[in-house]
Amino acid sequence: MSVIAPKFRLGYFLKGIFDNAFWILTIVTLAGIPLIQIVLFYMDLPVIDGELLTAFLAFTWLFNPTMQIPLIKSLLYSDLFRIAAFPGFGFAALIAAATIFVERKMLAKLQLRVGPFYCGKIEGLLQLAGDGLKLISKEIIIPAKADKPLFWAAPVLFVGTAAAFVALIPVAPGGWVVADLDVGLLAVFAVIGFFPIITILSAWSANSKFPFIGGIRALHQMVSFEIPLILSLLGVVILTGTLNLSEIVESQSNFPWIIFMPIGAIVFFTAMLAELERIPFDLPEAESEIVAGWLTEFSGMMYGLVQLGSYLKLYAFAALFVIIFLGGWTGPMFWPPLDTELIMEGTPIPNFKGDPVLTVHAPGLPLFDKDPNEWVLQEQGELQYTSGQLLINGVIWFVLKTVAVIFFILLPRGVFPRIRIDMLLHIGWYKLIGLAFVNIFIALGLVYAGVLGPGGIM
Amino acid sequence: MAEVIPTKEMPPGLQVENVDDRIMTLNVGPQHPGSGHMRIIVKIDGDYIVDADPDPGYVHRGEEKMAEARNYITNIPHLERPVIHDSCNILYPYVLGVEDLVGIEVPERAKYVRVIAAELNRCIYIQYWLAIYGIFLGHSTMFMWPAGDRELFIDLMEKISGARVTHAYFVPGGVRNDVPANFEDVCLRQVNYFEKRIKEYGDIFYDNPILKARTEDTGVLSREDAIRLGTTGSVLRASGVDYDVRVKEPYDVYDELDVHTNVLKAGDSYARSKVPWLDMLESCNIIRQALEKMPKSGSIRTKLKPNPKGGLDEVYRRVESGRGAAGCYIVSKEKPEPYRLKLSVGSFRNLIALPYLLKGEKLGNMPAVYWSLNYWPVEADR
Repeated sequence: MSVIAPKFRLGYFLKGIFDNAFWILTIVTLAGIPLIQIVLFYMDLPVIDGELLTAFLAFTWLFNPTMQIPLIKSLLYSDLFRIAAFPGFGFAALIAAATIFVERKMLAKLQLRVGPFYCGKIEGLLQLAGDGLKLISKEIIIPAKADKPLFWAAPVLFVGTAAAFVALIPVAPGGWVVADLDVGLLAVFAVIGFFPIITILSAWSANSKFPFIGGIRALHQMVSFEIPLILSLLGVVILTGTLNLSEIVESQSNFPWIIFMPIGAIVFFTAMLAELERIPFDLPEAESEIVAGWLTEFSGMMYGLVQLGSYLKLYAFAALFVIIFLGGWTGPMFWPPLDTELIMEGTPIPNFKGDPVLTVHAPGLPLFDKDPNEWVLQEQGELQYTSGQLLINGVIWFVLKTVAVIFFILLPRGVFPRIRIDMLLHIGWYKLIGLAFVNIFIALGLVYAGVLGPGGIM
Repeated sequence: MAEVIPTKEMPPGLQVENVDDRIMTLNVGPQHPGSGHMRIIVKIDGDYIVDADPDPGYVHRGEEKMAEARNYITNIPHLERPVIHDSCNILYPYVLGVEDLVGIEVPERAKYVRVIAAELNRCIYIQYWLAIYGIFLGHSTMFMWPAGDRELFIDLMEKISGARVTHAYFVPGGVRNDVPANFEDVCLRQVNYFEKRIKEYGDIFYDNPILKARTEDTGVLSREDAIRLGTTGSVLRASGVDYDVRVKEPYDVYDELDVHTNVLKAGDSYARSKVPWLDMLESCNIIRQALEKMPKSGSIRTKLKPNPKGGLDEVYRRVESGRGAAGCYIVSKEKPEPYRLKLSVGSFRNLIALPYLLKGEKLGNMPAVYWSLNYWPVEADR
């Protein structure tokens, strides 16, 4: 029997077009336009030429060149943008996607393979999108005897907790963080404490043997590595005298803390690998022993959500390492200091008739400075920079450092086998906690010797 | 012990198992990434295995019964199916047995070609086994490297026999066809490169501190137990017994070659995984010696009659395969096809040791102990 292509029929063709048009119109009117309106309502809308603009005129403004930049700027400074896009979820998800791509290609190079190659034409760039589509289109199967509400909730809670962790990470100077808390580090510890609970809940609710064993392993592993993880950061807290992550970064403008406490950094990095369930500590997902551990019963996009959450967590941990030990966004300026006149007055750009319609102040900068009429010049050393320049420079340094740390998190996967649960607990309780205390005593010694004090200046 | 009361009347012959509440029964396999085509019923108390019951038989093909309906030549392709990666070695005892049965002489050149092909196949098999051992321990690089490097010898075997895995190359009376013209040079070059590559495995895998900490002193099989349980091949040699069929009962031209037996004393999972690796290095030496001593030209096959009738009544021959001694027992009864054919394979004999080794181990050690036994489920089921 051969498969024959269905014959073309005008009726079916028209029906297909009408069906598609119906669904597109329905989705756009019921979901798309309300979504855009919600975004616009939550923005601080700009006032241009004394005219109060309302969200209902949004589509009109977008075609008016003089109103585009104020509109985009007000979007950039809305809370929604912070949560969904730049220092929050979108930025983290972008880095997580890049991490997956780098992980696949790097492991492939290490193992004499090519890795993803065809999808997306260039080195398999779109492989991740393909995997995501596959996961979305798969059926979600739930075990018959599972506790359904908890089982459904677990992946969502996992992603939510990971996103809450991401929200605490300051990315650039000038308060580019979703939640700028004075007890930022404490909040980070609180969020980390949620992961084992979610893991054991999902494992138990699946009502299956392998997820149960995996969940118990995850619980053991996360709880026993949280203690060295927290202790290893206390040294920095003692030296800086603050729990605010932005202030911890600013205290490292002269030197990163890793110079004074390499032991703490090593302990934190090892505990981080265990918290992230990366090889050599991937016991909760050890495939040859317990299938996929606590992920065994997840199928389709539930599994995809857990993976998304774990990569968000990976980014957040790497970023935390950068903030606490590597100096966060601090680093030499990429930008030459610009002419003040150029920054203040900008360059007018004419349209095709020759009338100046748009004023560009410096490449891309007006977008990142809050008010184009009041330029905030910040002194760094002898030179002056706008806050936009500082933002871009800070983000570049932050991303570079984070990617470097992520690289070192990925590397053990190609080199080490998995270790056993008793060896893991031995490392956690006997070695790492002892080393973390050594680190705390080094910090106390530095404080009492008067070398360094609260504020972190020599 | 909680008393289990059957709710319904039990059918005759069935028993109710009384289960302790502390004990969890895990079915590892046959749909489990760490099992292969078999099942291990593992009972665990916390993280400790209290009982392990291997349950093979999921891929039973009835090779022995099939052999009774085919003549001595048509038996060749299906008898190599149990271990397609080691197809030359699993066919070797059958071919030797039929030659004894019919009483034909094998040309000298064919004997050397057979030894080379058998050693190449041994390397192909051990590389596949090693790849799975690597991924069972979570070492993904050790999965990819051997799986890639075995392509060298697979290509070489393809040049010789025309097929990548199921070669059907050995026939009673010699080999099926001659090797290609520039075979000696190509083979020597590839063997040298292969040897250089597998020496690198030591750096990334066998000297890895985590691997050593994990597999040393796990699943220890003492020398006495190894002999008592009837294990063979690398398992026996890892427990300190100097036994190799190639040395003790040399067949074809192994008595003219210098074969070194790799023996380790520890008897643990690490030693059992290291012996096959050393065997691969030894195979490279054997291939080089055989290439040097091989007659450069000559006949490669003595033709068998279309329906050969056995001269002897019964014969038993054995060889050293990738998993240990592989034997073939043929009863001919003067017929064109075997009256009875029995395969004795290393996999099944090594599997017998599994429940003794797993008892008292931690669950995390199960893949390391299980796969270090050099067990191939399909071969054990035959």
